[in-house]
Amino acid sequence: MEIGLQHYLIISAILFGIGLFALISRKNAILILMGIELILNAANINLVAFSHFGGIGIDGQMITIFVIILAVSEAAIALAIVLNLYNHFSTVNVDEANTMKD
Amino acid sequence: MDNTLHYLPLVILLIPMFSFLLLAFFGNQLPRKGDFIAVTLLFINLALSLFVMFVFAQTGKYSFTVDWFDLGKGNTSFTAGFVIDELSAIMLIVVNAISAFVHLFSVKYMEGDAKYKKYYSYLGLFTFSMLGLVLTNNILLMYVFWELVGVSSYLLIGFWYEKPAPQEAAKKAFIVNRIGDVGFFIGIMIIFLTLGTFNFTDIFAGVAAGQLQGGMLTAAGILLFCGAIGKSAQFPLHVWLPDAMEGPTPVSALIHAATMVAAGVYLTARIFVMLSADALTFVTFIGAITAFISATIAITQNDIKKVLAYSTISQLGYMIMAIGVGAMSFGMFHLVTHAFFKACLFLTAGSVIYGMHHIQDIREMGGLRKKMPVTYYTFLMATLALCGIPLTSGFLSKDSILAATLAFAHINGGITYIIPVLGFLVAGLTAFYMFRLLILTFLGEPKNMEKYDHCRESPFQMTIPLIVLSVLSFFAFFSFNPFSADSGWIMQMMKTPESLLTGTRGIIYHIVDREEYTELLHHAHYPAMFLSLGVAGLGILTAFVFYFWKKVNVDSLTEKIKPIYNFSLNKWYFDEFYSATFIAFTMGISRLSAWIDNKIVDGAVNGAATVTSWTSTASGKFDNIVVDGLVNLSGGLVGFFGLVFRKFQTGKIQTYILFLVFGIIVLYFLFR
Repeated sequence: MEIGLQHYLIISAILFGIGLFALISRKNAILILMGIELILNAANINLVAFSHFGGIGIDGQMITIFVIILAVSEAAIALAIVLNLYNHFSTVNVDEANTMKD
Repeated sequence: MDNTLHYLPLVILLIPMFSFLLLAFFGNQLPRKGDFIAVTLLFINLALSLFVMFVFAQTGKYSFTVDWFDLGKGNTSFTAGFVIDELSAIMLIVVNAISAFVHLFSVKYMEGDAKYKKYYSYLGLFTFSMLGLVLTNNILLMYVFWELVGVSSYLLIGFWYEKPAPQEAAKKAFIVNRIGDVGFFIGIMIIFLTLGTFNFTDIFAGVAAGQLQGGMLTAAGILLFCGAIGKSAQFPLHVWLPDAMEGPTPVSALIHAATMVAAGVYLTARIFVMLSADALTFVTFIGAITAFISATIAITQNDIKKVLAYSTISQLGYMIMAIGVGAMSFGMFHLVTHAFFKACLFLTAGSVIYGMHHIQDIREMGGLRKKMPVTYYTFLMATLALCGIPLTSGFLSKDSILAATLAFAHINGGITYIIPVLGFLVAGLTAFYMFRLLILTFLGEPKNMEKYDHCRESPFQMTIPLIVLSVLSFFAFFSFNPFSADSGWIMQMMKTPESLLTGTRGIIYHIVDREEYTELLHHAHYPAMFLSLGVAGLGILTAFVFYFWKKVNVDSLTEKIKPIYNFSLNKWYFDEFYSATFIAFTMGISRLSAWIDNKIVDGAVNGAATVTSWTSTASGKFDNIVVDGLVNLSGGLVGFFGLVFRKFQTGKIQTYILFLVFGIIVLYFLFR
């Protein structure tokens, strides 16, 4: 069986779904970040797949690399935020960091 | 003639006004409250009036007119002005002379009164008003001064307004005068509507041209005369004058002799030429009836001033009657002579009251001749003049009037013979009541010894005016012939003018031309003289028999004729009659209109208020329930939805993402 574009897209969709689920359901800030990483990577898979099968040259891969760099910097900043969150509230549960709500 | 002399009457008019203003505003700062200024100014005024008279005698009639105001362009313009003719020149002297002597007399009489300054300023105002009335050549301006006279008389009659009686008297005088003034005003309006002018000369020209004639002319004449009925206290509006005695006695002298009551006679004399035959009939009968009624009342009065008051009314009736029968100049002549001796009588009465310490009842007097000789002799002189005894001024004027009534009756015949009969009757009655007054006051035995012992002759400020005025009651000042005034200066100067309606006939009156009338007058002169002397002598004799020699017991006589006596004593019940009819009627109407006001008008107003209150309650309810309900409802709805939707607004990003995902899915399926 030939592995085609569809398979990549399905994988990507499953990955996106898992990422989204993690994003929505988890209370732990680090797990939410991991959900985001999953979503970004789902998008990366799509970009790479379209780059390969779409006949558009190397553009897709270039964007993927940008995204990976972006994800790294995002993770660095986000983890720093989480660290500060923990220092301040002694927890990483996002539901409990609600002092601005009231 | 010198032009500046034209302004002299204006000066004469304004001097009393100046005196009034000066005393009213600065009287308290001046020494003696400024009375000497008022007295001096009035004597200067008298001198100026005499000068005006001489100028007039030299140059004749002249008038002075300025534009007063107009009612916009193209409309009638109104003028103001004065005229010096024989009427106004003589009246100027009379008014100023009496006023000056009254001013002088009051210095002592009113001494120590709390309102001394006010008294003198009012006198100035009164004199000013009367002079204005006399001088003006314009009937509208005359009406203005006429009302000013009314106001100032009101102020002076009610001078002692702390007491209730002067208040009532002042109000009565003012209101009764107002009734006559309504007629006067309507008369003026008729003249203005038909002739379009207020100027006397133009009015007479208009009447002569026949622009106003027939019934309208009669109505106008009678209505104008209504003003005179009020001011000159003629029947049926004479009731104010006796009550006006509540004022200070010198004021009574001024009102009764020169100022107020003379105004009516003066007005009638002014409009004499335009009075139609029927109007003259009316004037004649009013005058005769007035003279008779008040003479009968005067007989029984016991207040010294009341007797004089009724005698004034009676003499005014004579003057009006004289004008009515066509002898206008005799009426004016009697006004002049009467002014002097009546002022003298009132001032002597004032002197007696002053001496007796405010006793006015003649039953408490008697024997004052020894205590007050000057007062007695001046009073005697004036009384003789009033009774028409020869060698006095009163004889001249009264006799002329009686002769005129005889001539009048001779022309018209029939019912008109009642006029001379009444005239001679009144002459007799006058002699009787004046000598009754004289005997009871000055002769006989003193009744009230306590007062009598304290009584003294009045000081010279009071006796000098008395002496001067009584001397002026002597015939020589008016005519050198003691039996006829025809050659005297007054009668030479003041001829009765030819009526504009000569030759016309009324119901019982025939206006004949002057020559014919004068001819008849000459024939009537001697019969009238002897008749009047006879009745006057009879009256005096009766008075002496009754009160001096006491041949007849007066008390038992009055007991016998009790009803007639009471009828006279109570003044023919005029006041009672008016109270029971006109006043009761007016009060009834007032009460009715008060009731209408209270119940119906107020009821309507209250009803409207109630309805408004109901409406506003209802609209308030509507506002509270419906409008506010809607507003509250919308607010409540918003609040409710807010409550619902705030549940979605959790502040948690994960929830929002969940909604986002669901939203995308829903949209996907919707727009697939």
